[in-house]
Amino acid sequence: MTDITKLTIAETREGLKSKQFSATEVAKAYIQSMEDNRRYNAYVLETPEVALEQAKISEAKYQNGTQGALEGIPLGIKDLFCTKGIRTTACSHILDKFVPQYESTVTSKLLEAGVCVLGKLNMDEFAMGGSNETSYYGPVVNPWSKEKDLVAGGSSGGSAAAVAANMCAAATGTDTGGSIRQPSAFCGVTGIKPTYGRCSRYGIIAFASSLDQAGPIAKDVRDAAILLKAMSGYDAKDSTSAKVSVPDFEAFLNQDIRGLKIGIPAEYRPDGLNEEIAAYWDKGVEMLKERGAEIIDISLPHAKYALAAYYIIAPAEASSNLARYDGIRYGLRVPGQHLDDLYINTRTEGFGAEVKRRIMIGTYVLSAGYYDAYYLKAQKIRQLIRQDFVKAFEKCDAILTPTAPTAAFPIGDKSMLENPINMYLNDVFTVSVNLAGLPGLSLPIGLSKAGLPLGLQVIGKAFDEATIFKVASALEKDATFVRK
Amino acid sequence: MSEYVIETAKGKWELICGLEIHCQIISKSKMYSGASTEYGADPNEHVSFIDAGMPGMLPTLNMECVHQAVKTGLGLNAKINKYSAFARKNYFYADLPQGYQITQFQYPIVGEGKVSIDLEDGTTKDIGIERMHIEQDAGKSIHDLDPKKTFIDLNRAGVGLMEIVTKPDFRSPEEAGAFLKKLRSILRYLGTCDGNMDEGSMRCDVNVSVRPYGSDELRCRCEMKNVNSVKFVMQAIENEAKRHVEVYENGETIEQETRKFDPATGQTELLRKKEYAHDYRYFPEPDLLPLMLSDEYIEQTKKDLVELPDAKKARFVNELGLTKYDAMVICENKETADFFEKAAQGQDAKKVANWLMGDFFAMLNKKGLSIQESPISAQNLGALVGLITKNVISGKIAKDVFEIMAETGEAPEKIVEEKGLKQVTDTGAIEAIVDKVLVDNPDNVAAYRGGKQGLMGWFVGQVMKQSQGKANPAVVNELLKKKL
Repeated sequence: MTDITKLTIAETREGLKSKQFSATEVAKAYIQSMEDNRRYNAYVLETPEVALEQAKISEAKYQNGTQGALEGIPLGIKDLFCTKGIRTTACSHILDKFVPQYESTVTSKLLEAGVCVLGKLNMDEFAMGGSNETSYYGPVVNPWSKEKDLVAGGSSGGSAAAVAANMCAAATGTDTGGSIRQPSAFCGVTGIKPTYGRCSRYGIIAFASSLDQAGPIAKDVRDAAILLKAMSGYDAKDSTSAKVSVPDFEAFLNQDIRGLKIGIPAEYRPDGLNEEIAAYWDKGVEMLKERGAEIIDISLPHAKYALAAYYIIAPAEASSNLARYDGIRYGLRVPGQHLDDLYINTRTEGFGAEVKRRIMIGTYVLSAGYYDAYYLKAQKIRQLIRQDFVKAFEKCDAILTPTAPTAAFPIGDKSMLENPINMYLNDVFTVSVNLAGLPGLSLPIGLSKAGLPLGLQVIGKAFDEATIFKVASALEKDATFVRK
Repeated sequence: MSEYVIETAKGKWELICGLEIHCQIISKSKMYSGASTEYGADPNEHVSFIDAGMPGMLPTLNMECVHQAVKTGLGLNAKINKYSAFARKNYFYADLPQGYQITQFQYPIVGEGKVSIDLEDGTTKDIGIERMHIEQDAGKSIHDLDPKKTFIDLNRAGVGLMEIVTKPDFRSPEEAGAFLKKLRSILRYLGTCDGNMDEGSMRCDVNVSVRPYGSDELRCRCEMKNVNSVKFVMQAIENEAKRHVEVYENGETIEQETRKFDPATGQTELLRKKEYAHDYRYFPEPDLLPLMLSDEYIEQTKKDLVELPDAKKARFVNELGLTKYDAMVICENKETADFFEKAAQGQDAKKVANWLMGDFFAMLNKKGLSIQESPISAQNLGALVGLITKNVISGKIAKDVFEIMAETGEAPEKIVEEKGLKQVTDTGAIEAIVDKVLVDNPDNVAAYRGGKQGLMGWFVGQVMKQSQGKANPAVVNELLKKKL
């Protein structure tokens, strides 16, 4: 019998429909895989009993033909999504034992579509980090690791690793500055951050509200398209969610891309860009050219300021969003003599170093006397970056870039731990997309000489994920990347 | 009006004062959540996940609160801003679950306006409105239930508030008092806030500074937080101004600080100095889109607005012939004005006003009833005045009828009919009584004729008594004069 866990969602769906296997068998296969692969530390909470319960319901639905679009598909859920009755901690000590009494809109939609939940996935604490090393539950190990344990990327490191190691059919992720795309690239899987407003943020623990977006991490482009459709849609409970229709993204796969204009930004090829990555980028360009796409040189002149602007805006919003974790109503409480002591004790013990760093940066840039110099200026840069993209998209339909400047690096890398700026540099190709609110997808393009996956990023116009899927499915076909 | 000058042995000073008033919006549900705003529920009964600051929860704007704010802005003769935006005001407190208040900062919903206040000497003065914005209320900390613990009630957390900021236009405590009364009246007319300062649905911060009489400098001001009655506001202004004068005259300086008003002593005391002032780190609220209002919406709201006290007052003076003072008193309260208008329909409005402000108010006062609970209906009060005007009963009999109406709630016509209280105007019948009185009292007749003119009143009284008050006093007077 085939290993069910190696199948894509599309294949699993077919198997379930044609009764090659049952939803319970699918769930059990993944539960087994979760158990077998615990060394990757991808899950911070396994919920096999929930998954089996849901699988049973799915079986009944397949019996009477009332199955949903994702009926019986076992997913892992990033621990940033509030799941009713299931512990949700954002992988922070400060949310110890927190069990939400409500379900995020995105996971509600997935549950309605019939998925079963295998557990909660590891991530950087409050999604702050690029290596999953800031998690209170320890780092995720990249399934592609050779002799040394490598990072899975972050912040959705657990999601990417679980998908790569076939510990779930697919996973939810969130992306504030690259948190879906970078770990997808590191783990050789496909992830898309949709346009800001495409997915509701209701019930997703907020990091930086104006940048956060949910999206899928999946085994291939088709699965990403299937999942994104199920996750998307306007939600009255999120004022920033968009009232736009959700196309059937799957329909855009395998389409002819002749005449499609692909922009290549000069600014994304700085001196000293990793040669292997540059080579794969060129290869990607060639593949698209071969298929009849037109390659256009474009310029994103303010790209070089994106990282700086991002690391002001995101911490500013985070410093405010994380104020609610005060030990008063839920989560960790470390008592103190007075209210201020309780706050200080709780937050000192409850937050990790990276979260504290960002709260401090954010508090600083919003302070009287510094606001104009930092926050306001960063917002102006953000506006310029948006305009860069608007102008670029006058000339092209999609943009192709590398996803990350390196392949996965070893856990505990000194240069990054000692100098956080080096860690932040991982986001150099991804943050602009968040600042501009655009959709961006990462797919594996090949392996480095060291045998590690590398990814390319396809950026689209706002609410034009369809074109991204067109381009990505073409690249995927030509890259012939072999999954684990 | 007479100037308010603080005079000491050393010099003359004048007062500069501005107010900030927080008004709780009347609405069924809270500003950013669906929770009820009903007053008097058990602690923490009306608390949604949003109000409690649960992870991942998002605010959504309650348009009912927006509508109330627009109405209020129009009532303040102020500019309604078609574009306004929300901001976060960050501070930690146990009854502020999110760790920030969602308010408006740079772009308030209401801009400049003015309110005309009525002063005791009959003059009016315009007070400038600087702005009005909408925001959410915090919860309540209860410190007196336990010696060591503080209890938190979040029922109020998230209830909508309007913060009205005046220009520093007040030059006397009286003006500030008159403004608060006028504001309360406007809010109650509009039904946008119940204006009860003692219940905290209207709360006032007072800013006070002084300067040498006749100068135009602006000196350092002090703010007194949460002064909770009109009387206390006036007292706080008076005493704080005196304190400033004393400090200056001692050669010292006033520093910007926040102070507390102590109702027990009438004095103000230091709460915190400027260097300890919070840095609220305002920044745009990323969870809410800016609020856009259309011209049509604003125009329609204006059209639907009720007649406000100033307009009503002018109409009562110009069309119904009331004195300015009477009109002011009657119009202060919408229920009174409505009652009056109903009662005055088809009647002598001035007489109705006299009855309303005299016997009627006295009766309500004595019975401890509000005008809505009055046993005498507006129609019946009007009918009573009608009976007097048409000479059916005398003013004196009317007082008796009024007493019966107050007890039974019956119509005056019915009482007059049943008790046979109709006035006797028949000269013949009255003449018979007059003759009898004169015959029965020869001594007094002689005395009167001998020059004791003062006895006329006694004769009138005797005739009225014998007619059981029903004789028309004018006819009695005339006949007595003739016969004596």
